[in-house]
Amino acid sequence: MGKALLYDATLCIGCKQCEAACAEKNHLPYDDAIAAEDRQSEHKFTVVLAKGDKFMRRLCMNCSDPACASVCPVAALRKTPEGPVIYEASRCMGCRYCMIACPFGVPKYEWNKLAPRVQKCTMCADRVVAGQPTACAAVCPTGATKFGDHDELLNEARRRRNENPDKYVDRIFGRFEVGGTSVLLLSSVPFEEFGYPSQITQDPLPLFTYRVLSRIPDFVPLGSMVLGGVWWITHRREEVAAAEGATSKTVSSPVAAVGRKK
Amino acid sequence: MKPKLTFWKFVFVFILAVGVYATFVRFTRGLGGSTHLSDKFPWGIWIGFDVLCGVMLAAGGFTLTAAVHILNIKRLQPIVRPTILTAFLGYLLVCVALMYDLGKPYNIWHPLIMRNPHSVMFEVAYCVMLYTTVLALEFSPIVLERFRLYRAVKVVRAALIPLVICGVILSTLHQSSLGSLYLIMPEKLHPFWYSPLLPVFFFLSAIAVGLAMTIFESSMSAKHFGQQLELPIIQELGRVLLIVLAIYGILRFEDLLHRDALKLMFRPAYETYLFWVEIALTLILPLILLLQKKVRTTAGGLYVTAVLVVLGFITNRLNVSITGLESSAGLRYFPRWTELAVTALIIASGFALFGMAVRYLPIFHNHTATEPTLEEPEAAVAAGVLSHVGD
Repeated sequence: MGKALLYDATLCIGCKQCEAACAEKNHLPYDDAIAAEDRQSEHKFTVVLAKGDKFMRRLCMNCSDPACASVCPVAALRKTPEGPVIYEASRCMGCRYCMIACPFGVPKYEWNKLAPRVQKCTMCADRVVAGQPTACAAVCPTGATKFGDHDELLNEARRRRNENPDKYVDRIFGRFEVGGTSVLLLSSVPFEEFGYPSQITQDPLPLFTYRVLSRIPDFVPLGSMVLGGVWWITHRREEVAAAEGATSKTVSSPVAAVGRKK
Repeated sequence: MKPKLTFWKFVFVFILAVGVYATFVRFTRGLGGSTHLSDKFPWGIWIGFDVLCGVMLAAGGFTLTAAVHILNIKRLQPIVRPTILTAFLGYLLVCVALMYDLGKPYNIWHPLIMRNPHSVMFEVAYCVMLYTTVLALEFSPIVLERFRLYRAVKVVRAALIPLVICGVILSTLHQSSLGSLYLIMPEKLHPFWYSPLLPVFFFLSAIAVGLAMTIFESSMSAKHFGQQLELPIIQELGRVLLIVLAIYGILRFEDLLHRDALKLMFRPAYETYLFWVEIALTLILPLILLLQKKVRTTAGGLYVTAVLVVLGFITNRLNVSITGLESSAGLRYFPRWTELAVTALIIASGFALFGMAVRYLPIFHNHTATEPTLEEPEAAVAAGVLSHVGD
């Protein structure tokens, strides 16, 4: 199921080299002021959060079945087979449905531009396709952020947790959440403390709308037939009444005559 | 009447001036400089009111055409034209509002060629586009008659029933889909409003509002346009409204019950207050009122009820799109002046265009041979007031 990132917070030293590498890769500014910002924004796609000596990264989870891509009316956001969820600015019309749909609040917007783009981590899609690791994984000095095959990384995460059950919380974030993600997280403190949602469905979110949406093709012919049938019967009564010479006051309606066009 | 007209003219010019300036601000400073929207709260009143409520308030169009042309309830024929006019203007204005809200409005045509059939937004875009076309066609005989193009009128009329059926289907789809938009955020939207039944609620409430708006329009035009009020017609609408509201109410209650959300109803919270405002305006007051024969059968009673229902469902749409999302976003959103000014401009334009259409087109009076004059004069809110704006 493609490539993935495994971030093990217990290995992280908070050096923020991943932030700098990410900014460089995406041609974004990076300096001490930006390094001090503690949330993702349109100019900062990943952020290392710190609580005492505990760290946690935030970045796009690159979901296996992403809500953002499913809601995008023009398919500007897409899940690639390699794993990254990519964005094509030229297709986007700026409806911002992806932002409101994302369960992690990842997509950000260039609010102050006249031709704004949605901005988010795209898991270095071009590098991944070329067989290279993401910029953040390549630069990580401790191996806290590791790039590799999804299934292998998941096995490794399981192994690390089984070997040190006291070290880690009992959860690999991204294994089941919203149907699984291409970013897997291990931590010694609960993920909620760093703003990850505590209550989150294990169903892929697109299912919630697709259950309704998928009925539409069936509904159209059925609904049309019902309406057509009702029209036929309600107007047929008049024809019969007219033919029988009953002088109903509704007979002279223009509407009935119009639809019937011989 | 003269001083009153001057007052309304002044109000209109004021809204126009402020709205034009707000438009300038929007398109020179971008969304960041003209709205209180942010990464945490990306949808504001341009979506919550202008689009969600706009489409809802225009629902009279499909409700009435279905009643008259499909169910063959001819008594309602006289109010079909003003209702189609309202719907047509409503949808045009929703499209205008979208041009403000979209980050790149010049890409609005993209769904035509860049498709994602898994997106509710894509489906809504298509339905709104097609339904606006259907409304234009349903509306066209009025314009064609005005220019005495009777042959063209005949062509449109021949296609009337298929057009009406298309209109009802498209409306059913996108009215409900506006609710489906929010199905994707089960954790974000407050349990008072998140429900798997959202599409059903949006559809039923669109019908209720369609009926209420028609009662409201008829009453207002009687008041301001000097038209005679067709009491039996709005009494009929009132009875149907009662039934629709009762069905909606039962479903809304059952849904809250099964989702175990009833227990939240008396917990003091920001959402609870707005929930009760909504429930009082959409269900409690209108149902109590409509159950009184004295209210149900009098013009004044029906008018008051219709206003409550319209305000109630506006509250409902704003609750779904704004109130219900504030806590999960961790902030309180209140629109910037530019957002309010643009919304006011769009509402005022609707009134002015309605007034102009009533003035120059055969909306109420019909003197052509192709359609016998069944019509009794009925009009909408602004008709009386704003048809004079152009004086």
